[in-house]
Amino acid sequence: MIRNIALGQYYPADSPLHRMDPRTKILIITVFIIILFITRGFLGYALLAALSVSSIVASRVPVKLIYRSLRPIVFILVFTALLHLFMTKGEVLFKIGPLTATWEGARQGAFMVTRLVLLIMTTSLLTLTTSPIALTDGLELLLKPFARLGVPAHELAMMMTIALRFIPTLLEEAEKIMKAQMARGADFQSGNVIGRAKSLVPLLVPLFVSAFRRADELAMAMEARCYRGGEKRTRMKELTFTAVDWIATAVFAAFVLGSLVASFGFRG
Amino acid sequence: MSIIVENVSYTYMPGTTFAVSALDNVSLTIQDGEFVGIIGPTGSGKSTLVQHLNGLLRPTSGRVIVDGIDLSAKRVDLKKVRRHVGVIFQYPEHQLFEETVYKDIAFGPKNLGVGDDEIERRVYEAIAQVGLGKEVLGRSPFELSGGQMRRVAIAGVLAMKPTTLVLDEPAAGLDPQGRDEILSHIRDLHKQGNLTVILVSHSMEDVARLVSRVIVMDKGRVFFEGTPREVFRKKDDLKRIGLDVPQVVQLVQKLKDKGIDIRTDVLTIDEAKSEILRILGRSAQ
Repeated sequence: MIRNIALGQYYPADSPLHRMDPRTKILIITVFIIILFITRGFLGYALLAALSVSSIVASRVPVKLIYRSLRPIVFILVFTALLHLFMTKGEVLFKIGPLTATWEGARQGAFMVTRLVLLIMTTSLLTLTTSPIALTDGLELLLKPFARLGVPAHELAMMMTIALRFIPTLLEEAEKIMKAQMARGADFQSGNVIGRAKSLVPLLVPLFVSAFRRADELAMAMEARCYRGGEKRTRMKELTFTAVDWIATAVFAAFVLGSLVASFGFRG
Repeated sequence: MSIIVENVSYTYMPGTTFAVSALDNVSLTIQDGEFVGIIGPTGSGKSTLVQHLNGLLRPTSGRVIVDGIDLSAKRVDLKKVRRHVGVIFQYPEHQLFEETVYKDIAFGPKNLGVGDDEIERRVYEAIAQVGLGKEVLGRSPFELSGGQMRRVAIAGVLAMKPTTLVLDEPAAGLDPQGRDEILSHIRDLHKQGNLTVILVSHSMEDVARLVSRVIVMDKGRVFFEGTPREVFRKKDDLKRIGLDVPQVVQLVQKLKDKGIDIRTDVLTIDEAKSEILRILGRSAQ
């Protein structure tokens, strides 16, 4: 039952977005988020929205999955829209009791909602088209230049990789322990909140014990094979930039420039 | 109290591309007071079958009837079934969690709503049944040795006073002495405690020595069943599915092949010893 939970939300498919180097994707998303918050005006947002929608189409990820990633923030979206609608000063649109809706509020609310929707859509597109391992690989290489400043890039990436690797193992272990305790009459389903939290103790204590045991064994096995941090390690899969990356970057740059020009016009 | 498994099939993750059929139309009956062994290669469905016996898994199709209670019925008191059928999984020491051995053994009976006085009586009884002294009761289960931890875990199930005990590889990972001790305690429980015991094992020696009936599983089906003598006579069939016969059986087979007139239906080292002595013209003392 627990085993069915998908790890992360990677959706395997063959598309230009899947073939892109994770580093390109991470950088593009980072720049995109910044642009998203400095763009102004209808045309600027329209260009960014067009970019996001065409990326989703190109990724061959089902729209259903994108929609699913938006569902948890529906409440925030509605709340943001209402807040802007009623709290902005300007030309009165309509009144409900003490609340006054304004044109400016409606406009700002719409922009804010668009901003959030695009933000969530594109970031989940990143995790949908990039496997967790590729993502950590990309992060490691991007953080590498900061190693001189004391950022343990390789160690951080290794930690993330190990954590991801052990999620299914721990889920399996949890299921096993749960069954063993259920065979001893434990009840994980009924009772009030406090009772249920208490009933988790017989599950969590053995789970932590075994997680530490596993950590110990893994560390030992890695040391037995002479593992030592990131210095001068080579990798099995070298990441390389390919034509897809250059084309994607060019397309992205064109949209971003367009959006900036639309927001601020030419100055200079 | 008997356990009846009727045409049970079980599929993991049905309806997905990951669907795996673990049990395929399995039928068997386990009578009150029997000592049954279940053997089979890895992935033959033994552990899946065991989890059906106390309702941890529900059959995809078919029925499991424990003491007249149909476990596949919609409203069924699973706690009652789990009181009657105690299941000890592989590496049961991994389920220990309490601060003291006493509290951990008391966990099962407490869940069943047993009173404090009765719990105390049962804890003392259970710890004696697995051959540990009272002095460990106050200690943390995590301070004990691996073999001791396993016994505490078994005591935790015994304290629920099951009438049927199901053990999945109870001796796995123990040293030879620990293995013999655990198995002899299980035999005592069967003889003196009148428990029905179902032993899942990879050790043909243990099965030959202990059980009165063997069920051989392969690919989710019952391959065949019978007394240990009947089962271990089919050496070639067992070899084909990746099992084997006990080493003493192999020994007498080889002696027979060399032209020595020896009985080949021996199961234990003692039987083989007296048979060899008989042929040598001496009597076993």
